[in-house]
Amino acid sequence: MSKKDVHFKVKELKTDIGVFKDLEVSIGRVFEETWLEQLGPTPYPSITDLREWDLRLLERYKPFYMPYCDVCCLCTMGKCDLSRGKRGACGLDIEDQQSRVVLIACCIGASTHASHARHLVEHLIGKYGRESLIDVGGLNVEVEAPITRLICGIRPKSLGDLEDALDYVETQLVHLLSATHTGQESSELDFESKVFHAGMLDHLSLEVADIAQVSAFGFPKADAEAPLAELGFGTVDASKPVVLVIGHNVPSAIGVVDYLNAHKLYGEVEVAGICCTAHDMARYDPKAKIVGPMSYQLRFIRSGVSDVIVLDEQCIRTDTLVEAQKTGTPVIVTSEKNLAGLKNRTGDAADEVVEELVYGKVPGVLILDPDLVGEVAVKTAMKVAPRRAKLKVIPSVEEVKAGAAKCTKCYECLRACPNGLPVMEALAEAERGNLERLADLYESCIGCGRCDNACPVNLPLHSFIVKAAEKKLREEKYKIRVGRGAIQDVEIRDVGSPIVLGEIPGVVAFVGCSNFPAGGREVAEMAEEFAKRRYIVTTSGCSAMAMGMYKNGEGKTLYEAYPGAFKAGGIVNVGSCVANAHIAGAAIKIANIFAKRNLRGNYEEIADYVLNRVGAVGVAWGAMSQKAASIASGCWRLGIPVIVGPQGAKYRRMLLGRKDREKEWYVHDARTGDSVYVGPVPEHLFSTAETKEEAMVMIAKLCMRPNDTSKGRAIKLTHYIDLHKRFYGVMPDDVHLYIRRATDIPITMKDEILAALKEKGWKENVIPDPTLLPRLIRKREKP
Amino acid sequence: MRRAEPWQKAEIPGPEKALVITRPEVVTAMIKRAKRPLLILGYESAKLDLGEEKLIDYAIKLAESVNIPMVATGHTVSELTKRGFQHAAFMPAVDIANRLRDPDWKGLDGLGQYDLVLVTGLRYYLAWVMLSGLKHFADKVKTISLDRFYQPHASWSFPNLPVDEWHSYLIDILKSLGG
Repeated sequence: MSKKDVHFKVKELKTDIGVFKDLEVSIGRVFEETWLEQLGPTPYPSITDLREWDLRLLERYKPFYMPYCDVCCLCTMGKCDLSRGKRGACGLDIEDQQSRVVLIACCIGASTHASHARHLVEHLIGKYGRESLIDVGGLNVEVEAPITRLICGIRPKSLGDLEDALDYVETQLVHLLSATHTGQESSELDFESKVFHAGMLDHLSLEVADIAQVSAFGFPKADAEAPLAELGFGTVDASKPVVLVIGHNVPSAIGVVDYLNAHKLYGEVEVAGICCTAHDMARYDPKAKIVGPMSYQLRFIRSGVSDVIVLDEQCIRTDTLVEAQKTGTPVIVTSEKNLAGLKNRTGDAADEVVEELVYGKVPGVLILDPDLVGEVAVKTAMKVAPRRAKLKVIPSVEEVKAGAAKCTKCYECLRACPNGLPVMEALAEAERGNLERLADLYESCIGCGRCDNACPVNLPLHSFIVKAAEKKLREEKYKIRVGRGAIQDVEIRDVGSPIVLGEIPGVVAFVGCSNFPAGGREVAEMAEEFAKRRYIVTTSGCSAMAMGMYKNGEGKTLYEAYPGAFKAGGIVNVGSCVANAHIAGAAIKIANIFAKRNLRGNYEEIADYVLNRVGAVGVAWGAMSQKAASIASGCWRLGIPVIVGPQGAKYRRMLLGRKDREKEWYVHDARTGDSVYVGPVPEHLFSTAETKEEAMVMIAKLCMRPNDTSKGRAIKLTHYIDLHKRFYGVMPDDVHLYIRRATDIPITMKDEILAALKEKGWKENVIPDPTLLPRLIRKREKP
Repeated sequence: MRRAEPWQKAEIPGPEKALVITRPEVVTAMIKRAKRPLLILGYESAKLDLGEEKLIDYAIKLAESVNIPMVATGHTVSELTKRGFQHAAFMPAVDIANRLRDPDWKGLDGLGQYDLVLVTGLRYYLAWVMLSGLKHFADKVKTISLDRFYQPHASWSFPNLPVDEWHSYLIDILKSLGG
């Protein structure tokens, strides 16, 4: 472990070379001497340490800005009109402003994960001690913290060691955010470099949070056969008292589970969760139920099934207290980040607080002690359940029909819906007695409730949809493999070679939120397609839940039909949002364990390795949040392309390569020093797909890397061309750009491709040992 | 309906808003005057009804009427091929927008950048941000949204229109182009 900020003073020091008086020594950090791996060039990198790498990436993948609006309204000199090249009062132009907003978003995202990690580490140190050991996979995981090793140059051994990493993250985030103040950074590319820095810090925070909780809470440790848990609205037994937990930061939910177990109440009381807290609660105890992704909040609260709601942090609906009051459900908030205006009862006796909640003297309370949360939540649920008799605000069928008759056909619901769902037309059908069309909207509905708010006659339209789909909801009973955490070192050894050589065609990560353009089923369909094609499919967060809410022809979910191992054809649920660290970590570990590259403070070289050799692609099909933006930006700096759904274009800038510009696709051959054209691989660093079909073609294409062997490239091309022909109905028009040698051509498509190559005047090229870093060239060209 | 305000109401664009197409002849004149027009067609065009046919069928007729080159986004090209139309280039929506903002791009045919871009059949919000990118960074390119709903980041757009009226406008444009 490193020790930071060593500072000492010596009044008088006598040595062989002389006497020193009033000697004062200050050292930024002292690094562990027992770790033999050489310290790389950028431990704890500052904002500028990796700037050259960022600018190399941004030279190839130039930002394309798509401003949401023409103005800046962040200071009192504004609003400033930045349209068509105008500059604002501070001198900023529209490109600067867009990149600045992206940086603000990524700082929000990274801060959220850093704050989550800090809270967890402090909580766990308080509970288990600073010396409590990091253990994410026993002997199967020697590289326990690849991101921390890579960025910080340290090997964390205990919970206390993680504080150093968080100190670094917090300091850097302050610097980054300060750059967004009026009159600071003036270059859009330097804003973008800072975006990458925020993303890297985000990944570090994710890793700290997850390895801390895996170690201390005893979650599955790199277990490919982690248990299956119940998933879906219909799995919750509404006849029992129900505690609903929502959010991302699990200690309070664990307080509930611990209380139930300690008092042998599991079975009498249901505990169910929404969003990542549910993931982590099921990792702690797979008896806990997972209701679904974040889009399920409003529908589940309104269903009246929950008898108490425990909120922690991140992606929780901020109108939960308002909604809960409609069903008479008490709320317990548990995080400093959402105090909800409620009185702090942390110091009060549990029974006193329970009494007030049960009898409705207060709508909710703030409790910052997870154990007390557990006691209060369970006791409240048990007492309140018979009293409130599962009061729900979901209307009856007759009420839906009567409500539909009041519709003024104003289109406001349609105009408010992020996906433009035809709510008004469905309501017209409901008025005629047919609720089918309302029910059809259910699967595409992201549960935001904007239609309710837009309706001028105050129809609870979201509740109408939920009522119409009531049967579907009750039938939602699935299995999900709980988050396994890290990838084992031995798994990396097994797949490292076929991934780097291209014989496993890629690693595809379906991650992120549930703001899906056409329902979560699309994620399941994409995941299954790539698992069948023997890609390694990884997943986390809301996407991992959405993926589980789909059964194949044999009535099995993907988690039952496919293995959970990190191997070709596996579907690997790593866990909650913070467990995304293990996906990036796997790419890093391939460079380290398989290719023997040093990790320690060696970011640039490893990112160069990943970009050029590891065919990994992130897909955030329902990306919504600032956290999703910062996770993606961590991938970009590491050389992993990310695809978002069409709504992801609202992140307002893409990082796009130009395959038609040959000069942008040259790399150094590390063996010879030659500059070699490798084709547009990967073509983009951040792009959006309009349809799931386009996304699938894009995934296959973005898995190609300069280092692919001919055999590997032929396999990757086979998938790309096959998907393209299936979904586009024609051959791709750019195959010639991906064929370096005749041996790259898939044998079954030889005639067709040779004809295309001839038409394009294709010439054979070499396959280099690719790098973008001149310092990695082993033999230089002769002058 | 029939208002020149963003269809998704919160999508407030700022000071620069699209001019409203009040007469179809405006579109016809702009297409005829353009030296290098381009039609961008999104996948929603295969789902949207337009009278007895789909929007994509109309787009094919429009492209054929005055030989406007077409870029199909998403996997729209599959629907074009099914209909026997084989002259469309295809690429993601953000890729074609990214090329259109590059003054040095040689176009699909190698003959240079385009001066008029017609956009239709994309999801409302995707067209919104794409047109914004063009508004700000492709100052030589004029854009026309042919969709039913007002797109404020275009140079020209229909107001929010009832289906019948929109259909009628589109048919008038086609007729006046000889289609």
